[in-house]
Amino acid sequence: MTAPASPAPPPPAPAPYRGAVERHPRRPLLPFDTGTDPDAVELTGPVFGPADVGEWDADLTRQHPGEPLGERITVTGRILDRAGRPVRGQLVEIWQANAAGRYTHRQDRHPAPLDPNFTGVGRCRTDDRGRYAFTTVKPGAYPLPDESSWRPAHIHFSFFGTAFTQRLVTQMYFPGDPLLPYDQILAAVRDPADRHRLIAAFDHALSLPAGPLAYRWDVVLDGPSATWTEEGR
Amino acid sequence: MPDTDDRGGPLAATPAQTIGPFFGHALPVPDGGRIAPEGHPDAVTVHGLVRDGAGAPVPDALLEFWQAGPDGGLAGAPGSLRRDGAVFTGFGRVPTDAGGHYAVRTLRPAAAGRSNAAPHLAVCVHARGLLHHLFTRVYFPEHTAAHATDPLLAQLPEERARTLLAHPDGPGRYRFDVQLQQSADGAFEETVFLAFR
Ligand SMILES: [Fe+3]
Repeated sequence: MTAPASPAPPPPAPAPYRGAVERHPRRPLLPFDTGTDPDAVELTGPVFGPADVGEWDADLTRQHPGEPLGERITVTGRILDRAGRPVRGQLVEIWQANAAGRYTHRQDRHPAPLDPNFTGVGRCRTDDRGRYAFTTVKPGAYPLPDESSWRPAHIHFSFFGTAFTQRLVTQMYFPGDPLLPYDQILAAVRDPADRHRLIAAFDHALSLPAGPLAYRWDVVLDGPSATWTEEGR
Repeated sequence: MPDTDDRGGPLAATPAQTIGPFFGHALPVPDGGRIAPEGHPDAVTVHGLVRDGAGAPVPDALLEFWQAGPDGGLAGAPGSLRRDGAVFTGFGRVPTDAGGHYAVRTLRPAAAGRSNAAPHLAVCVHARGLLHHLFTRVYFPEHTAAHATDPLLAQLPEERARTLLAHPDGPGRYRFDVQLQQSADGAFEETVFLAFR
């Protein structure tokens, strides 16, 4: 037996991604208290029906005649509002790189192979308990275009709540990914507890017997809604 | 389950992250900018540019619209994504083109049951380089009386309120530009963006 290696020093914190400096408003956002305008348009939101998603939209491994390359995974979870109520019948959309870390986007210049059997785009509606589910392949890591760092594996998510104010676009990460401490974009979320909320949990039991590796990721939508206000917050 | 805060109060919200550069094959949908039913006689076009603080057009933005119908109704309707061209769902989604331009075809909303509010379109702006989407509103130039009492417009100084007004741009056309950031030379006033509480 050799002596256990001393733990590696923690990596230096990456410079947080600031986005494009010329694109962020200089002025603070204007607070708008919806309590003073309970009929505000933004307290309601668009409606999505069963016909808004197609039969194979939630299974990204079955959208082409052939099988995509990569490790099969499922990603499931619940969408709740901040009062803990399930967000029912709402649209969840995902997009991701293929197993080699390449997007099916004409401007992705990363020299990793495209997969003719994988587009990397999915949609579903939440059920009566606010649950969503996707079957896909685990995305590969890829470097930022300026090659200053590698991005950990991640899936881009888009959510609608019952109110337009609850709109959320974010990214989901995988537990234990060695790239997580180096990622500038994850570091843009400054609070460690908030960063933790973007990392899915691996579910071994759900992955058996020999099913896709299962990840669980629950999401809480921010923002007021009409029902929220009615119940006195 | 998501954790609650120490006081057992509201659940902590999942943070937003940038939409990134590679959403263009994923989020735009066919006819996403056609909010008005096909061939509707009252349809109008709302169009404009999205610009950054250097005055440059933003070619990789995605704009989402949500609005009341001409009857003031905010119930929406299924079909917001897979659009059949006949139903008014109140929702639109359009990417900007290579020149930073967007356009939607819609019906002018009403503000039914809201005596003091002016009709408007709610807008959510996503773009590569933004850490969080931005909310704004499009008001129509005709409703000057309602503008004076509108819960949002009435609290803004005139030069700020002006950034939320569409301009007449020919018959059935309105121009509404989104200025993400005040330009250094002051040529473009930054659009008012909202934080809903
Ligand atoms: Fe990405």
